[in-house]
Amino acid sequence: MNASGSNVPGDAGSRPSVSRRTPKETQEQVARSLKRRYWAERRFRMYGLAAVLIGIVFVLFLFATIIAKGASTFRQSYVKLDVFYDPAIIDPAGTRKPEDIANADYQAIIRAALRERFPNVEGRRDTRELTRLVSSGASFDLRSRVKNNEDLIGQRETQWVLASDDVDMLMKGRISRETADDGGPLSAQQIGWIDSLAEADALELRFNRTFFTHGDSREPEQAGVGGAVMGSLFTLALTLLLSFPIGVSAAIYLEEFARKNRWTDLIEVNINNLAAVPSIVFGLLGLAVFIGFFGLPRSAPLVGALVLTLLTLPTIIIASRAALKGVPPSIREAALGMGASKIQMVTHHVLPLAMPGMLTGTIIGMARALGETAPLLMIGMVAFIVDVPRGFTDPATVLPVQVFLWADSPERAFVERTSGAIIVLLAFLVVMNATAVVLRNRFERRW
Amino acid sequence: MTPAALLVVLVGLSLLAYTLGKSRALAAVGGSRGIRNLHSLPSYYGALTALWCALPALVVFGIWLAFQDAIITRLVTSHMPADVQALSPQELSLVINDVHNVVQGNVSFENARPEVRAAAEEYIELRRISRLALTGLVIAIGIVGLVVVRSRISPQFRARNAVEKAVEWGLIGCSLIAVLTTVGIIASVAFEAARFFGQVPWYEFLFGLNWSPQTAIRADQVGSSGSFGAVPLFWGTALISGIAMIVAVPIGLFSAIYLAEYAHRKFRAWTKPFLEVLAGIPTVVYGFFAALTIGPALRGWGEAFGLEVATESALAAGLVMGIMIVPFVSSLADDMITAVPQSLRDGAYALGATKSETIRQVVIRAALPGIVGGVLLAVSRAIGETMIVVMAAGLAANLTANPFEAVTTVTVQIVTLLVGDQEFDSPKTLAAFALGLVLFLVTLGLNILALHIVKKYREQYE
Repeated sequence: MNASGSNVPGDAGSRPSVSRRTPKETQEQVARSLKRRYWAERRFRMYGLAAVLIGIVFVLFLFATIIAKGASTFRQSYVKLDVFYDPAIIDPAGTRKPEDIANADYQAIIRAALRERFPNVEGRRDTRELTRLVSSGASFDLRSRVKNNEDLIGQRETQWVLASDDVDMLMKGRISRETADDGGPLSAQQIGWIDSLAEADALELRFNRTFFTHGDSREPEQAGVGGAVMGSLFTLALTLLLSFPIGVSAAIYLEEFARKNRWTDLIEVNINNLAAVPSIVFGLLGLAVFIGFFGLPRSAPLVGALVLTLLTLPTIIIASRAALKGVPPSIREAALGMGASKIQMVTHHVLPLAMPGMLTGTIIGMARALGETAPLLMIGMVAFIVDVPRGFTDPATVLPVQVFLWADSPERAFVERTSGAIIVLLAFLVVMNATAVVLRNRFERRW
Repeated sequence: MTPAALLVVLVGLSLLAYTLGKSRALAAVGGSRGIRNLHSLPSYYGALTALWCALPALVVFGIWLAFQDAIITRLVTSHMPADVQALSPQELSLVINDVHNVVQGNVSFENARPEVRAAAEEYIELRRISRLALTGLVIAIGIVGLVVVRSRISPQFRARNAVEKAVEWGLIGCSLIAVLTTVGIIASVAFEAARFFGQVPWYEFLFGLNWSPQTAIRADQVGSSGSFGAVPLFWGTALISGIAMIVAVPIGLFSAIYLAEYAHRKFRAWTKPFLEVLAGIPTVVYGFFAALTIGPALRGWGEAFGLEVATESALAAGLVMGIMIVPFVSSLADDMITAVPQSLRDGAYALGATKSETIRQVVIRAALPGIVGGVLLAVSRAIGETMIVVMAAGLAANLTANPFEAVTTVTVQIVTLLVGDQEFDSPKTLAAFALGLVLFLVTLGLNILALHIVKKYREQYE
């Protein structure tokens, strides 16, 4: 015990030297030490408060950095161009065959529109620098417009087209206005064009739809979380479909039917341990068993869901058992007394009462599954996937893996995208957790 | 019929079985008036008929599908030209792969070689026959089950007991999945690890000091013999987890003490969810934060003090991991502290102790076993944490105690070895499973120990 130990009377009583003191002396000694002890008390309390504050400050700091880095993702630079859908470029033969329209050089149309905007740009080098202001994805947008409406051919139209990522970064102030000679990504000439476009209100930040509808891309301005969100939805839907019934059934068996013996003890210890096994080990299991042994397709939401089911089962079982424990025995006895069988007692009375608690646990388990990354890396959901998945066996990626992939990309604009994807991910998590809290507060009964 | 369509038909058939069984039971007692004479409610007769219609058929369906491909592939292989069959097993498996690709439509028929095309045609024909047979068999079994059970329905028939028995077995099956998962983990990881130890001796793996898993593709290649000494990985894991615990244990413990013993109820109600947010943030977000904010910041500060700090330093990963674990430590410690009976505190106050003295010398000491258990659980969490270290720690296996240098961990190596193209036989891939086995065993040991301590402690005050 430390120096202050002697101040605790219980401790002091065991020492013969103290017992010889008079009560008055003892009182004086205690009074002398009081200042120090109160000071220690205050210090201890401050440590506690500091620890709590560190946690809170970190949460705020984390959210602030992510939002500061990522909020601008939801707006994207677009250039206003006066586009002429030149029949000579799109459909020189005039056949209007879909293949011809699909294979036409829409880049040339954009180039022409840009030249029209800046008539005094000449020479191949300058023209190329000028076209670099617009994203290569802009030509795909024009193509799909023409595909949907062939009457556009030969017409003129004012169209906002996607700007390139460097222009976007400059507009958002994420890169300095240093010219290419000083190591910046844009040349002095390009910055001049950007300024003149911005002054004429022909270059502005608009809502970034691409980010929500597109899949992954090598070009930051065309990359979106649409594919990852769909992948997450497919994976989570199947996980829920599998883990909720299995988890609830297992909890019912263990809580209502199983006799206490070594076998059920084993199952219980097992479940508690599984809840603490590192998630990456579940990934190894998925890789060796589902992909290696059963030959299921790699990168598919199907396998992801199977792995996540095994991962979330312990959480759901533990929460469901707690919910079942919360239902008072009197309800069971009443049901049995009315002649219900054990299964009827559970399905008609206990289960409906425990359902809010079970659902809360399930939502929390699903939220964990949504944020899980490592096991999905193991089963190959890290592939570069441009298409938005349409089924359970299509190659797909999920939101947290998309964050991981983009975090590795060197382009400046991808830092912004990554933070944007994190904001989307956190938004989903907040909604799920809020639902769980509301469910718990509204429907959970206490007896 | 495709398997999916067959399943739909089977569902339809069992619905039919349900109504037939129910109506039969009612008919046996002369309509709903005589329902008192039935042993069970009519719906149980329906359910039992449906079960007997669907379950045996489903079992056959599952077994058939599990073996269908293997059997057809063997048949097709045995009919291949003699020169193809004479190929070595590896080459033969490549040919079979081609056949599968053609069958699945990944490669068009026109582009395939003639022998592959012939085999694919045979495969498709055999599969057609197999599916036809399966459809017939499954439907026949379903109908037989339906008819047999329906014919046995009588007022004395104990349908409810039979259905409930089946449901109970279903529940048992669900709870067994958890056990099967553990068995699956141990079997799969240990099996691959055993193959690894067949190629690399276990003592070299456990005690070797050199980790460079790049193996030579050709035998004559220089400088990439591949060595699998995992000590640097264990050390890196320990270093980063150690830093994390140095952060997490004091902050977690103190915040638990403050919230449980000092804080005003309102303050507690507001701050506790805030701290729990930390537990809900996906680890990939922590990883991103560690790699892009904390790592460079530490490097900058290090430069200001004349220290050389790697961007992927162990310190950055450890700090962020520590913060991640804080809510874990604090919620467990909170449980343990509130479980200490009030009478112990009252006793200390009565003897004149101040609040902090009571906490330090009575409450913490009484809760110590539980807290130690919680910390052990947190350690196992730190060891198994993957995304933070994958994103923020390095790849080079350094054996250093300097937290400013980059180290690598077991989980980082598992991810790097297994992500990307891989073959299942190379020691490089198998090494990941050996690491996984070590990781699983260590965390399992820690968990069992910790849960045991926590359980013992809980019993003490109950």
